[in-house]
Amino acid sequence: MGGGEGMAQANNPEPGRDGWTGWTPDPPPDLRDEPPERLLEYYRQMQVIRHFEERAAQAYTQGRIGGFLHLANGEEALAVGGLAALEPEDDLITHYRDHGVALARGSDPGRVMAELFGRADGVSGGRGGSMHLADAGRRFWGGHAIVGIHLPIAAGLALAHQYRKEPRVVLCIFGDGATNTGAFHEALNLAATWELPVIFLCQNNLYGMGTAIERAMRVTELHRRGAAYGIPSARINGMRLLEVRAAVASAARWAREGKGPVFLEALTYRYRGHSMADPELYRTKEELKAWRAWDPIQLFAQELLEAGVVTPEALRRADQEAEQVVEAAIAFAEQSPEPDPATLHHGVYRAPLAAALPAGGGNGVGAHLP
Amino acid sequence: MELTYREAVRRALMEEMERDERVFIMGEDVGAYGGSYAVTKGLLARFGPERVRDTPISEAAIAGAGIGAALGGLRPVVEIMSINFILPAADQLINGAAKIHYMFNGQFHVPLVVRTVNGGRRLAATHSQNLEVLFAFIPGLKVVTPASPADAYGLLKAAIRDPDPVLFVESALLYSMKGPVPDDPDFLVPLGQSLVRREGRDLTLVAHSRGVVVALEAAERLAAQGVEAEVVDLRTLRPLDMGPVLASVRKTGRVVIVGDDWQSYGVGAEIAARLAEEAFEALRGPVLRVGGAEVPMPYAANLERLALPQVDGVIRRAARLLEGDGAWLVR
Ligand SMILES: Cc1ncc(C[n+]2csc(CCOP(=O)(O)OP(=O)(O)O)c2C)c(N)n1
Ligand SMILES: [Mg+2]
Repeated sequence: MGGGEGMAQANNPEPGRDGWTGWTPDPPPDLRDEPPERLLEYYRQMQVIRHFEERAAQAYTQGRIGGFLHLANGEEALAVGGLAALEPEDDLITHYRDHGVALARGSDPGRVMAELFGRADGVSGGRGGSMHLADAGRRFWGGHAIVGIHLPIAAGLALAHQYRKEPRVVLCIFGDGATNTGAFHEALNLAATWELPVIFLCQNNLYGMGTAIERAMRVTELHRRGAAYGIPSARINGMRLLEVRAAVASAARWAREGKGPVFLEALTYRYRGHSMADPELYRTKEELKAWRAWDPIQLFAQELLEAGVVTPEALRRADQEAEQVVEAAIAFAEQSPEPDPATLHHGVYRAPLAAALPAGGGNGVGAHLP
Repeated sequence: MELTYREAVRRALMEEMERDERVFIMGEDVGAYGGSYAVTKGLLARFGPERVRDTPISEAAIAGAGIGAALGGLRPVVEIMSINFILPAADQLINGAAKIHYMFNGQFHVPLVVRTVNGGRRLAATHSQNLEVLFAFIPGLKVVTPASPADAYGLLKAAIRDPDPVLFVESALLYSMKGPVPDDPDFLVPLGQSLVRREGRDLTLVAHSRGVVVALEAAERLAAQGVEAEVVDLRTLRPLDMGPVLASVRKTGRVVIVGDDWQSYGVGAEIAARLAEEAFEALRGPVLRVGGAEVPMPYAANLERLALPQVDGVIRRAARLLEGDGAWLVR
């Protein structure tokens, strides 16, 4: 096969260069250059997420939430910082550790909690539960619970933007463990080759369930996996909100300009177990303690105070507001009814079916769906 | 001895590993984490990381490496954390493991066991599936679905000693079930043998995996009303042993197939077809099925309850067959 126009294929055996240059993440801004109300709002959002998950954990132990519950305590700066860098018309897709991401995207806390409770007012109508939140109005295309499954989907969302020549980007969030799936590698290669506007945001919390990254891969600097596909890649501190925001914003700018995907590896840690069922035999208390010192909320609060941009009272007020928001969310979820049993078969297909399926079969009624 | 289903699986694994040093385990979080359903708990300490291998989240590689290791002379027992996560590995199993012995004219074979688990509750659409029937469709694979501690024990040992690729599907909802298990390290339950779990003359209930428990409960309730239901546990979906099913239906003339999954194209569909072909003259009524609603599983507790097959559904169908006695005759 001959090399066509624009092909990098050399017609001699000299080792050439391929890959990328030209992109590095923006550094975080100076705190004093940011409006204090905005900083306070970030803080408040992180506290909402933290409280939300603590209360969800309680409800879980009381049997009011079923199945699996994956909490993201410790990863709040990624959710809030990452989403602060997106435009409303951009897309978001993530994995099952999705509460914080949904809240940071602006989904109503009451409706998110109602989803965890399996109630009709839940963001997924009570059908999805904790692992499968979604909010079409916010272009949040779902929490996806099969590891790696949503990375090719993210590439496809980006393909739609590229195809329609719309300056939109896709933020695709996943864990370190997901980088060992075949879908990850196929998606990165496709996105790189077609220069699709995706930001791959890998939340490296050092474990996939109980397996430490160094026991699952040799390349533990995960950003190098992005680089391997010719994608501009960087490692950032996922505990620092403004660092995250700046990196995602600069990645979004790059992707929006049609220059292709960016891969960000954000170092972070989850303070709780993988799910509520985790015996946590695989890590030490010392390790957990060391990472507690990097608590993204404390860190941010400390920075704000040190820079003198907010007062301790303002933070305390934000704490109270966050608690109120979450209490209201719980109250909303509690009073929300169970889904109507008559809807069990609704929406298996979008289109009505020509022929009814036999007893128990879905009838394809999608009309109740937005 | 009395063991839980979980302990029975663990014991079978341990004994086979002691017996045959070619046997080893690999899968996600089978070692340091202790197994996501605690089945492999303690095995890492006992056998070390060479033989209890934590893998990356790479189902295709896990299954494929299992095939390769089996070709290379080992006896891998690989774990796919849940049958919901097996689909990336399906290519390896369906286009690889299932084909190799026949396609290469028997020059080599694949003594691989893939352990996985179905069931689970309140886990919603992606995590609540019983997908074993997809694999039962494939000639070249064997598919085993134990429904008691003794069967879990004896079938797993037989699977590990079997020269062919076996998908061994445990049931998450049965892990805590207790039952007698023979105290014999060479106790084997041959693959491909159905078993009458309860005798009865009026009606036959056919089931596999957790469906057996539903069928047994239904039989218990029917007995209270004077109806004696016979319960046949298929145990192995492929190769399928129709013998006890046919014998039972020839005796009772009535049959309800109890599934824990979707009906269309499912295990019940296969059994019904076989009955139509091989025992048509014995049937005194239609072959009825109980199964889940044909929807992706909803998370909400009330919808999930509606979607899952229930004992009541079995009773209703049994009543229909018994009341309609004669009326159903098509001859
Ligand atoms: C294909 C597949 N395999 C296994 C699982 C079970 N599982 C759920 S989460 C998880 C760990 C994922 O780790 P990581 O990607 O690092 O994300 P984190 O949970 O740390 O946020 C595993 C193994 C799954 N859901 N899907
Ligand atoms: Mg992780």
